[in-house]
Amino acid sequence: MNAANYLYISALLFTIGAVGVVVRRNAIVVFMCIELMLNAANLSFVTFSRINGDLDGQVMAFFTMVVAACEVVVGLAIIVTIYRSRRSASVDDASLLKR
Amino acid sequence: MTFTAPVLSYTLLSPILILLGGALIGVLVEAFVSKALRPVVQLTLTLGTLMLSLFQVWRIRGEQSLTPAMGSLVIDGPAVLLQGSILVIAIISIFLIADTEHFTPLAAALPGSAEEREAAQAGNQVTEVYPLTLFAVSGMMIFPIASDLIMLFVALEMLSLPLYLMAGLSRRRRLASQESALKYFLLGSFASAFFLFGAAYLYGFSGSITFAGIRESVIGGSGNDVLLLIGMAFLSIGLLFKVGAVPFHSWSPDVYQGAPTPITAFMAAATKVAAFGAMLRIFYTVFANAEWSWTPIISAIAIISMLLGSLVAISQRDVKRMLAYSSIAHAGFLLSGIIALNKAGLDATIFYLFAYGVATVGGFAVVTLVRDSSGEVTDLNRWKGLGKRSPFAASAFALFLLAFAGIPLTSGFIGKFSIFSAAYENGATAVVITGVLSSAIAAFFYIRVIVLMFFTDAVEDGTAVEIPSILTRATVVISAVITLVLGIYPAPVLDFITDLAIFIR
Repeated sequence: MNAANYLYISALLFTIGAVGVVVRRNAIVVFMCIELMLNAANLSFVTFSRINGDLDGQVMAFFTMVVAACEVVVGLAIIVTIYRSRRSASVDDASLLKR
Repeated sequence: MTFTAPVLSYTLLSPILILLGGALIGVLVEAFVSKALRPVVQLTLTLGTLMLSLFQVWRIRGEQSLTPAMGSLVIDGPAVLLQGSILVIAIISIFLIADTEHFTPLAAALPGSAEEREAAQAGNQVTEVYPLTLFAVSGMMIFPIASDLIMLFVALEMLSLPLYLMAGLSRRRRLASQESALKYFLLGSFASAFFLFGAAYLYGFSGSITFAGIRESVIGGSGNDVLLLIGMAFLSIGLLFKVGAVPFHSWSPDVYQGAPTPITAFMAAATKVAAFGAMLRIFYTVFANAEWSWTPIISAIAIISMLLGSLVAISQRDVKRMLAYSSIAHAGFLLSGIIALNKAGLDATIFYLFAYGVATVGGFAVVTLVRDSSGEVTDLNRWKGLGKRSPFAASAFALFLLAFAGIPLTSGFIGKFSIFSAAYENGATAVVITGVLSSAIAAFFYIRVIVLMFFTDAVEDGTAVEIPSILTRATVVISAVITLVLGIYPAPVLDFITDLAIFIR
């Protein structure tokens, strides 16, 4: 199968993620969309690694996974704190900081 | 299969290793030292670590190496200068962070709950901010010296994640603080996803994750230009987000306002140095030969950042938001140093970053001093007559505002002058004209605040100026002295920067 197809899938996943971040209102879902974008980037890395015939891209994918895991820890901590104090994880409710 | 052990030059890496070691010891201190001793132990440890690291940076100042860590990092003049700036800014911010008044006693407690009150009565403090700061500083130290995409991405996340957490730790107005943490986190991760996707395309374009490899492909022009353009654009989005340039600025007013002021000071100053440091390296070395493709866009971003930052700042009523918009304008000024793409531009940007960073920390330090019974007063109307109540705070703040405005005899003037003349040398006339115009607009609202403080009668509304603790006073005085010295007698520092600031490739 043509490796370029994986790039199209990856671009599609990335777009779905980016659109999700913009249109969804629940902080958890927004965060999941960001994870989807990171995974799309990972898929690109692995595909390019395959096309280029070296391992650098795959190594990068591993690093991304670890970093994404750290991001989940920090992100969920923040979202849970917000949820506990407001009983809502909607990003629209969080609007104290306006002029 | 044989395994080759990596060769590391520990001397060159020592500033970063010291910071990481200090941060890890800080985590252990959290676990093993009694609650009463923790604040003082953590402060000593953190300050000692930063000082030691700065000392090491000073010792390696003349060194150049492409392979301190198997080609993943690079140590050269700009690296040392940027690392030194970050450390100086971190040290003066730590004095501010040490003031316990700013942080919630128990981050896990609900705002206004009984647990929170108990924790406050028991005198609890979130001493975790010290190791978090050290982790963030080590990320910032790696960011401008990374020379492959893996290190660049890991450093970006390493400097961001602790800052997301620290933004949510404010003692007063905790809901707003948590909200700013959420915004910073979601938008920050959104930008890092773009950054990573861009990195993937640069890898696809060049077949290499090292800067040297990407640079060769850019010069050779053999690869697919579409991949290069996508990669450059997306990578730049991530970097421009971190520096808060328009149109990736929307997080910064909210985060500056909501986060605890010492953290705002640290983040505003140090993140800018780190991110612009990385941008300098990337645009001056890796993408320099693809100048035709990025200069117009970066110029446009610089112009709208300067204009929008200056114009919107006029209408701000909150001093922290005003400083946030001013920082957006300053991101634009600094971008003109990137566009300059010559030696003068590199020197000027490094000088500007240091001068601006120090003045920013000083400015926010003064903001922490103006309080009433419920915490900091950031409403500008209540700053009226501050000059009569506290000449020290008001005149220090006036000095920092003049430095932001770029009035002669402050560091800001030298910075702006050198950065604009460097950009002019490279023919970026439009950027320079907009820069000078928006400096004039910006000077208007800076001077309005000065008039407000000194020439308006005070209203009696309980706004008082806290008598500064020794540490906060130290921050204000050190920043003010650096700002003045760099403005009156900048020659030694400028020469020092000119001698050192040469990228090795």
